[in-house]
Amino acid sequence: MPAAPGSDPRFAIEVRDLVKRFGAVTAVDGIAFEVVRGTVTGLLGGNGAGKTTTIGMLMGLILPDAGSIRILGHDMPGERAALLERMNFESPYVDMPHRLTVRQNLTVFGRLYRVERLKDRIAELVADFDLGAFVDRKAGQLSAGQKTRVALAKALLNTPEVLLLDEPTASLDPDTADWVRGRLEAYRAKTGATILLASHNMPEVERLCDDIVILRRGRIEDRGAPADLLRRYGRDTLEEVFLDVARGTRAEGADPGLRREEDEA
Amino acid sequence: MSIARGPTGFSLARVGAMVLRYWYLLSNSWPRAVELIYWPTVQMLTWGFVQLYVAQNASFFANAAGLFVGGLLLWDVLLRSQQGFAFAFLEELWSRNLGNLLMSPLRPSEFIVSLMVISIIRLAIGMLPVTLLAIPLFGFNIWGLGLPLAVFFADLVIAGWAIGLVIIGILLRQGMGAEALAWSLMFLLMPITCVYYPVATLPAVLQPIAWALPTTYVFEGMRAILIDHTFRIDLMTAATALNVVWFAVAVVAFYRLLAAARRAGSLLQQGE
Repeated sequence: MPAAPGSDPRFAIEVRDLVKRFGAVTAVDGIAFEVVRGTVTGLLGGNGAGKTTTIGMLMGLILPDAGSIRILGHDMPGERAALLERMNFESPYVDMPHRLTVRQNLTVFGRLYRVERLKDRIAELVADFDLGAFVDRKAGQLSAGQKTRVALAKALLNTPEVLLLDEPTASLDPDTADWVRGRLEAYRAKTGATILLASHNMPEVERLCDDIVILRRGRIEDRGAPADLLRRYGRDTLEEVFLDVARGTRAEGADPGLRREEDEA
Repeated sequence: MSIARGPTGFSLARVGAMVLRYWYLLSNSWPRAVELIYWPTVQMLTWGFVQLYVAQNASFFANAAGLFVGGLLLWDVLLRSQQGFAFAFLEELWSRNLGNLLMSPLRPSEFIVSLMVISIIRLAIGMLPVTLLAIPLFGFNIWGLGLPLAVFFADLVIAGWAIGLVIIGILLRQGMGAEALAWSLMFLLMPITCVYYPVATLPAVLQPIAWALPTTYVFEGMRAILIDHTFRIDLMTAATALNVVWFAVAVVAFYRLLAAARRAGSLLQQGE
């Protein structure tokens, strides 16, 4: 599967002029961004900002009205089936079959992703995510934290080169959430995978992300490394930056000339 | 890392994975397996006793043993093949698992084939014991139909899949609001496809509609065997030809509904 002409090998994800309308509502309004291979990029924005629609288009579940997406150099959704073998996804808003045991679920998904030496891979993930105590329990009987660990194990079954995470630590207690973040950091360090993370948890974004894309009303409102955003907005935390963007407010001393990438250009 | 991890065409391994997923579901939940047998058995007993009663009081029915039970068993093949197909898909909506599947490499064609396979497995679990039970209880051996039974079976199952395909297409586009179709749509066909009576019984205005359904030819063909003791090859040919047309229409409808769901973003809004 040769890469599409014009794609840049430095980027795992290239989004160009992406537009999606639902009737009269423009959910995504001409956004463009790239995700450098091997980095973690945060996709931030309030409710209705266009995060879920963007992730849906990146996974080929929603067809864009205009623009293009290239993942690992290949067209999405044009080469969707082949690309999805190299990607994976995790969200607390999607469950695994409740009446199947954890091991059965991992077996089914491992076969869907055609994972080689599947039993060994499952054993490895069971050890990595500490699933041993409930691997033969039905998925519907697990706690929220256990379910998240299983969902992450499923998301890493095929050792994805691109991993999309939609609020991976939502509804987890701080200890479990911290543990999950540690596992994600370890996975990225071990495999060099690219991660796109949609989250409302600003400390999580600050800890994990190399780059941040902030969406507002379907447009990219700002982007940059966490430290750059803090400096430019004159804030101490990303949560304050997020509120500034959402409310259109600025701190005294914020750099007024560097708000949007388009403005910079 | 490698650019491609292997052949990316239709994968029997992924079909097998989905069949395994549904098999786990059945084997993990004995009430589901029992339910597969329960309803066909209750129906067969009810219609079997009706037939016994009618046969005792009408010579026509006495000479056409198995008319009701045969109709019922073939109707159940149609109904269970459609429901087995659509309910397996509904399991994904009920468990909020559809997102995981749609974001996996599973292709729609592989998903459809796996639903077909599991509907046959569910059908076998539900119907085999019932057909065997009908022999000692009502003296009706559907297996005695021989080769025609295989043709009847194939035509009914394919018709059930065609209807199931359209239903899951509508579910993808409309979400759980369309769930009732999976339970009820087939029963709209029941009076028109003439399970228990000849097409001539219908009002003239409904008869062309009945003859447009492949399943009508199957039930007429069954009556020809049980009443006239003849296998009507013309009826079976018509049933198969219509099935080819209806199944092709169903496949096109499914893919169009899937494309519409992708445009509308409804694949991300599935679930209860």
